[in-house]
Amino acid sequence: MAPETMLQEAQDKSTTKGAQTVARPKGDGVKRDSQTPSTPSKPGPGMRSDSFVFGIPQNGLEHIEREVPVSEPPPLPQNSELTYVGKPTVRYDGPAKATGKGKYTADVHLPGMLYARMVDATIPHGRIVSIDTSAAEKLPGVRAVHVIEHVYGVSELRDPKLETPSRYPIVRYAGQPIAGIAATTQQIADDAAKLVKVQYDTMPFVVERNAARSPDAPVVFPGPADAAGSAGGGGGPKDVPQKGNVHGPQRRLKGDPEKGFADADAVVEAEYFTQVQTHSALETHGFVVDWKPEEVTVYASTQGTSSVRNEFADVFKLPKSKVRVITEYMGGGFGAKFGAGNEGVVAANLSRKANAPVRLMLDRRQEHIVSNRPDSHQKLKIGAKRDGTLTAIQLTSYGTAGVGTGAGTAGPATNLYKCDNLLTEEYDVFINAGPGAAFRAPGHPQGCFAFEQAIDELAVKLKMDPLVLRDKIDESPARRVERQVILERTNWRNRREAGADSGPIKRGMGIAQSVWYRFVNMNSSCEVRVSRDGSVELMSAVQDLGTGTKTILAQIVGEEFGIPPAQVVVRIGDTRYPIGPDSGGSITAGSITPAVRNAAYQARQQLFAAVAPALGTTADNLAMQGGRVVLKNDAGKSYTLKQVTAKLPTDEISARATRAPEYSKDRLTYGGVDYVELAVDTETGRVHIEKVFGAHDCGRPINPTGVISQINGGILQGISYALFEQRIMDPKAGYMLNANLENYKILGAREVPEIEIALVENYIAQSSTDAAGIGESAGIITLAAAIGNAFYNATGVRIRKIPMTPANVLAALGKAQPEVEA
Amino acid sequence: MADAPKMEFSRRGFLKGAGITAASTVIESANALARDAKDGLSGPQAVGPDAIPIKLRINGQEHAVTVEPRYTLAQTLRDNLEMTGTKVVCDRGSCSACTVWIDKTPALACMTLAVDAVGREITTIEGLSHGETMHPVQAAFVKHDAMQCGFCTPGMVMSCAALLERNPNPKLSDVKHAVSGNLCRCGTYPKVFAATLDAAQQRGQIADLVTLNTGTERYDGA
Repeated sequence: MAPETMLQEAQDKSTTKGAQTVARPKGDGVKRDSQTPSTPSKPGPGMRSDSFVFGIPQNGLEHIEREVPVSEPPPLPQNSELTYVGKPTVRYDGPAKATGKGKYTADVHLPGMLYARMVDATIPHGRIVSIDTSAAEKLPGVRAVHVIEHVYGVSELRDPKLETPSRYPIVRYAGQPIAGIAATTQQIADDAAKLVKVQYDTMPFVVERNAARSPDAPVVFPGPADAAGSAGGGGGPKDVPQKGNVHGPQRRLKGDPEKGFADADAVVEAEYFTQVQTHSALETHGFVVDWKPEEVTVYASTQGTSSVRNEFADVFKLPKSKVRVITEYMGGGFGAKFGAGNEGVVAANLSRKANAPVRLMLDRRQEHIVSNRPDSHQKLKIGAKRDGTLTAIQLTSYGTAGVGTGAGTAGPATNLYKCDNLLTEEYDVFINAGPGAAFRAPGHPQGCFAFEQAIDELAVKLKMDPLVLRDKIDESPARRVERQVILERTNWRNRREAGADSGPIKRGMGIAQSVWYRFVNMNSSCEVRVSRDGSVELMSAVQDLGTGTKTILAQIVGEEFGIPPAQVVVRIGDTRYPIGPDSGGSITAGSITPAVRNAAYQARQQLFAAVAPALGTTADNLAMQGGRVVLKNDAGKSYTLKQVTAKLPTDEISARATRAPEYSKDRLTYGGVDYVELAVDTETGRVHIEKVFGAHDCGRPINPTGVISQINGGILQGISYALFEQRIMDPKAGYMLNANLENYKILGAREVPEIEIALVENYIAQSSTDAAGIGESAGIITLAAAIGNAFYNATGVRIRKIPMTPANVLAALGKAQPEVEA
Repeated sequence: MADAPKMEFSRRGFLKGAGITAASTVIESANALARDAKDGLSGPQAVGPDAIPIKLRINGQEHAVTVEPRYTLAQTLRDNLEMTGTKVVCDRGSCSACTVWIDKTPALACMTLAVDAVGREITTIEGLSHGETMHPVQAAFVKHDAMQCGFCTPGMVMSCAALLERNPNPKLSDVKHAVSGNLCRCGTYPKVFAATLDAAQQRGQIADLVTLNTGTERYDGA
């Protein structure tokens, strides 16, 4: 197999639906974070050569020549020389959120709107014999009932003939959608849902990964089955073998791992276990659909207005021009909210049948079942030379995405460090449980928990400082700077031997590193309008998940026009505007901001051209400087934007731009280094995280405030994953036992440690903004591993299983019987 | 073949079924309203299950609404009165997203029946700001970016503002305690703490510093 890496694979995964075009550099398979300026050549037709700021300030910035389309705006200088871009900026919709005025999908009220409830399967596996909706339909207030014909978002048999035809979809997990009911109030819809009688022919089931691997386990699918990916990644490989419930392996081989291990001076080898985590967005999956013959209007709690529009058009055989999707505010997605989903399809059918708008939001139990991060059982072996050079990596992983696929964990092992010999084999294991979905850095928190602990273990074996070992094997210039920041600003230099405390409370510190990839979605367009009164608006279908997209777009337009971001009107989250990228895989900032800047720049150039005669000059003599329009040849003359727009010959001008391709073919990754201090109570088994210091990079940060908010969130989700969260299945009944928010424990205020963040600017000269997302590499990848490493430093014991509940901690410390591994 | 077993215990179904004894207050308060609604009625009388007209005093204003006795305050606010600032997340009292004040005390609107809120002073997130002027806690949330997706934010604000009502000079541990029931999935807690402590320090002044749609400001963080 060619020395292709997870990098390419991950990029492939993000190019689903055929609608996206990812700037996908070919070849150059091992190059990461390339900081080597390429040699300039004579620009081709329609291109020009320009000089861009490049590199990391701590290393000294340089300039690099890039060939770019002539329509591209001039290069931006570094953040310190800009007025709004790169400056901490108040969230554009902060007041609307703080005052409760922001309208989420769950808040949408339309005249005559009906309320719906999803009816779902009460058994984990079986055939539906009959569905009797008559009692529900008779309930006063019920307006429409829809029984599902096809279940979306789950794996499907490669050969459907392996299964006896069935009038209704086969039930493969408890909670699988069966029908929807719309009524005049939510109570009536809920009451009616309880009146639907479903008769099942039950089938044997399995809800534990390990049990499902057994040759005599009940099979979830009677033959090979595959799941589609989503715009957020996730979804496993397709053309792989399947035996029973075991789907795979997806195998990647580079070099000669056997020889690599033979050449090693030190080898570490261990097994690691991670649990299923549910997305648990606070706003559940849901839609309001207003089906009208002339246009279907869909309010969606989604990460991709485009993905919803595409799937509605596909499912209902509608031209896209008749589907409008609106997402003004959305209450969290984390990777699980793309496309129409079963909820959207049911809501649309109900709306069509009832001839009225229908709101269908999942309830909290259903939200726990609709999506999850797969679990893992990983066997990892790493070999190294005495000086730390990695000689071989071998990873075998089994994970369950329920009735879905996409449980691979090889990303960190493949892409974090240089190693010429690598073998990874990833298996998906089907069980009768809800489907996995992309979840903030799919596969990476699991993979990193194993890989970065193994690297730490290697450092112990080689008697090297873990930071020094990483300096040796990590080629990323950004992470090198980040490790230096950690060294200088944390307590790392005072690190003690493992298990140094003699009392029952043991303290320690540890670090772990993350890697994520630069994806770009070319479906990124924007229109900028300028009116004679000086008002400026921007329009794009792109959505803001809470990451602060509205704010960074306002900053970029504000920078071009010399006006504060808050004066820019941001209209996004509506497919009536130019198309926007779906937000998955940290794709949004890097994809849409160049389109926005280009549209703003072009609108400004048009403005200058239109008003120059009235100002008695020419367009090329006008420039924006310090927030004012100046005459280049007469320093004494300057105007406000309003004074200039007042001279417009028409009421309005506008410009529209689509993202230009990446400026270079370099493959880029982002990452971070996170440092943890913790205390382990070896008597109770409780782990207290006391301090986290994160050093992260994401290209050119546009709004450091928003970036830091996201990193805080990634770190806290990572701690929550490492210590608390866990889906618990009842092996006897086949249900999720803790599908609520009191027994599915998520980190709360009292578990929040002191957090400090350092942002490392990294100018990459790839687009007119150099922006990049931070969602994935924000801490969710590293924290479990960093906590594991700190746990070792505190106790002298490796903990290879999360969540680190008191039971698992005491088992790791040899003070209690380990729980049976699921 | 097996009939579908019921998967979940319904709280409201329980309240409804146990109404005679467990929910006697419901009957009492609802009954008072029933008397209001139907002239001439006197003496105790069960109401429901049909909808009955009630009056709720919300943010200083009286709102007439017709609800079934089993309707929660959260649902009544959101669906009947279209005051959607109050969010419903878990719908069973474990996340505090629906926090409102009842007689100035934080309460969970998803665990309060609308009929039980009759005659009480209800304050929602919509009632915390005055026109374009935000409550100091809201202004501080904006200033410190104490939100991401924003779905937990109204509940967080109500909890933090209530803390400052009863303790104008809270310590960090007091803030953590005050929002210990408020779940945030985006992980905004550090900034919620900073915002609330800042609001306590500068009470009454922040609203002037950060008005609606404020532009760029200095970041004082890391």
